[in-house]
Amino acid sequence: MPISLLLAVLVALTVAGFYMGRSRALAGFGGKAVKLHSLPAYYGYYVALWCGIPALFIVAIWLVFEPSIIRALLISSLPPEVQSLPANRLGLVINDVRNLATGNATSVTSDPAMRTAASYYAHLKFVSQVALAILAMCIAVVGIVFGRQNVKPEFWARNRVEKAIMVILMVSSTIAVLTTIGIVLSLVFESLRFFARIPVTDFLFGLHWSPQMALRADQVGSTGAFGAIPLFAGTFLISAIAMVVAAPVGLMSAIYLSEYAPRNVRAIVKPLLEVLAGVPTVVYGFFAALTIAPFFRDSGLMFGLNISSESALAAGVVMGIMIIPFVSSLSDDVINAVPQSMRDGSLGLGATHSETIKRVIVPAALPGIVGGLLLAVSRAIGETMIVVMAAGLAANLTANPFAAVTTVTVQIVTLLVGDQEFDSPKTLAAFALGLVLFCITLVLNVIALSVVNKYREQYE
Amino acid sequence: MSDLAIRNVGMTSAMDATTTNSQRVAAGLKGRYAAERRFKAYGVLAIAFALACLMLLMWTIVSHGYTAFVQTMVRLEITLYPQDIDPDGKRDRDVLSTADYRTPIRQAVADLFPDVQGRSDQRQLDALVSPGAVFLIRDMVMADPSIVGKRVSITIPVSDDLDQLNKGYINPNVAEADRKVSDKQIAWFQRLKDRGLIETNFNTILFTMGDSREPELAGLWGATVGSFFTLAVTIALAFPIAVMTATYLEEFAPKNRWTQLIEVNINNLAAVPSIVFGLLGLAVFLGFFGLPRSAPLVGGMVLALITLPTVIIASRAAFKSVPPSIREAALGLGASRLQTVTDHVLPLAMPGILTGAIIGMAHALGETAPLLMIGMVAFIVDIPGGLTDPATVLPVQVYLWSDSPERAFVERTSAAIMVLLVFLFAMNAVAVLLRRRFERRW
Repeated sequence: MPISLLLAVLVALTVAGFYMGRSRALAGFGGKAVKLHSLPAYYGYYVALWCGIPALFIVAIWLVFEPSIIRALLISSLPPEVQSLPANRLGLVINDVRNLATGNATSVTSDPAMRTAASYYAHLKFVSQVALAILAMCIAVVGIVFGRQNVKPEFWARNRVEKAIMVILMVSSTIAVLTTIGIVLSLVFESLRFFARIPVTDFLFGLHWSPQMALRADQVGSTGAFGAIPLFAGTFLISAIAMVVAAPVGLMSAIYLSEYAPRNVRAIVKPLLEVLAGVPTVVYGFFAALTIAPFFRDSGLMFGLNISSESALAAGVVMGIMIIPFVSSLSDDVINAVPQSMRDGSLGLGATHSETIKRVIVPAALPGIVGGLLLAVSRAIGETMIVVMAAGLAANLTANPFAAVTTVTVQIVTLLVGDQEFDSPKTLAAFALGLVLFCITLVLNVIALSVVNKYREQYE
Repeated sequence: MSDLAIRNVGMTSAMDATTTNSQRVAAGLKGRYAAERRFKAYGVLAIAFALACLMLLMWTIVSHGYTAFVQTMVRLEITLYPQDIDPDGKRDRDVLSTADYRTPIRQAVADLFPDVQGRSDQRQLDALVSPGAVFLIRDMVMADPSIVGKRVSITIPVSDDLDQLNKGYINPNVAEADRKVSDKQIAWFQRLKDRGLIETNFNTILFTMGDSREPELAGLWGATVGSFFTLAVTIALAFPIAVMTATYLEEFAPKNRWTQLIEVNINNLAAVPSIVFGLLGLAVFLGFFGLPRSAPLVGGMVLALITLPTVIIASRAAFKSVPPSIREAALGLGASRLQTVTDHVLPLAMPGILTGAIIGMAHALGETAPLLMIGMVAFIVDIPGGLTDPATVLPVQVYLWSDSPERAFVERTSAAIMVLLVFLFAMNAVAVLLRRRFERRW
């Protein structure tokens, strides 16, 4: 039985449980709800919860563990010479078996051992599905029976249901925390495996990045170098260019919009800036590669400058354009939070509007603006698609904005896209880079958020 | 001595101030007003720059992409000789699906140009029509096997290079070695045009087919379906979890350290780079749970985690905007705390929550980087049929096409971006309408 059908059956059973619980509650008093403790529907919900929750829980657990158990059983059924293969070759064999079992033609179709393995795999899959379906439905039915038995007029159904819902709400609120834990654990775990082969100091302070690994052990000169300094430098260079574009433009447009612009101009310009924020980054990447990079290269040629077609400048400028609305809306918020009395005081003393802004409002809003800019920097560092499409792959350690540089995110993508074994330092290096990225952005965010919050409290 | 000097200076300036204060202000006014105008001009310039960038972006996309919505086709009279396609005459589906449809097309083209001789010329002649035309004819025959043995008139796409020539992207005046089409091909194409066999039709292939290595056969439908499945998973996971979390945090959670931790956590998650979520998906969903690569299921789960903080924050704002008097009234009438929330607060907060959810989904629709991590970047021709089929999504399709060397993929990439942007604007428009329609001021 396919999972979707099983889920549909379980949902149907749960709905049935609701009506059975409610009808039993009503039947207990001859159809009158007067003397029930709770509203009749709560008795229905009570039975439905008993029916649905345990069964769905079992299905979830089963689906989590099914693949690894079937895999283990399958491996133990394979011939010993296959079992003794290294892990990645074994994985390929198992993929072949799976493809064979699902009817996709593979190169091993004619191998009898593979055929038996495939039929065994299909058999295991079938048994597992049938067992799961029977088990889940039994649990659902038992849940209905059990729940129904508890349904009595004096039974506090509403309190029980509310308690259960409260638990569900609490559990769902922990998912955000679990996500963070999942991110940290997966990054740290894979990074530790990477650092077991490449020393941390080599990674953090090495000046040379070329993650090509030897295909054969006896190959010369390709042990791979994992010094990440050029990547950090490239990321920093591109982010700096982006901020040089985004900070003044975003800040000035926020000041203009909140202090000068008439209401109708604001009503038009603000949504347009939000459009700029809503454009997917892949579109910016295409724009950078198609329009901006050739434009810079050609205008560089006119002045006799040799600007690479994958220059940091093009990627940085386009990233800056992407960040403008981000800076602008954050600055807009903090500028609007400055109390009107401060403006009035300054204007009353004879300052012009721009003097008020420069000497009173901006200094007062400075912590918030700095916090917003830090958030923007963290966004620039973590931005991926623009640099993947417009920046280079070569890890040059340079501060020249006309040269091609590469960034942390570009390298994560290039290391992980394509067919790779999961164990090589090459793939693991991506997780180490991810860990660095996560830490840097986390620190920036924590600082920025605390600065912004402190500032907000100041004027509230 | 120095002390005295300072006092002297102070006194003279003070005397100056008392005597000519208004004059000094008046003298400075001109410069100050100029500074005021300059400052204001900087603001206007900043906004003009931002809007100019937006215009340039849109113009780039539209000007490169609008031609992708038409496709140059050639009308051919193709005779489907039974001996080529179905020698047994049984109309067996297996035989029909693997038959040789290249020969009839080649024959039909050769019939148009009886004067072309020589192998290299004939190869160039064959290259006039799309190599994927065989699939179109196969599908036609599969749909109606009775046309075998008949002469059918059909329009098939020309090759991508001729299409680009016809659209004016290839300049026939540059040296022959510098362009993708030869002089002979240009001459033949002109002859076809003169005979009225060339048509420019609306490019239905772009909207109905999956991906292809041939630009003239590449379509967005596969990516659209993939995006749909992925977003379905995202919304099915993110929306309920976000609403439940927001309900708990706003309405029930005690103010203690744990709650504070959750709140800080959510705010930080909102600012974690999306590619890190991709790494999480790769390590946990694919590596640990062994879920299939390239599947909309996994993509949807990763995107759900990415959008979760956004939707939670929007939902909490919506809960906050419901005035406490509503809650007090419900509680005063004897409703339980949960009944107060489910029957009164939640319905009132729903427009705000939905707006946040739609904006979150729009973000998810444009998200690319995390999906690259979990293998949704594969070249997939088939239209995905379920949540675990290999699939790709619209933004990843944009990325894949932008990486392709063929000139014709530039316009198709732009067209794909236009389709993506239309979806995004539609979603944002719905969100704005919802907000306008249901927004309440208490």
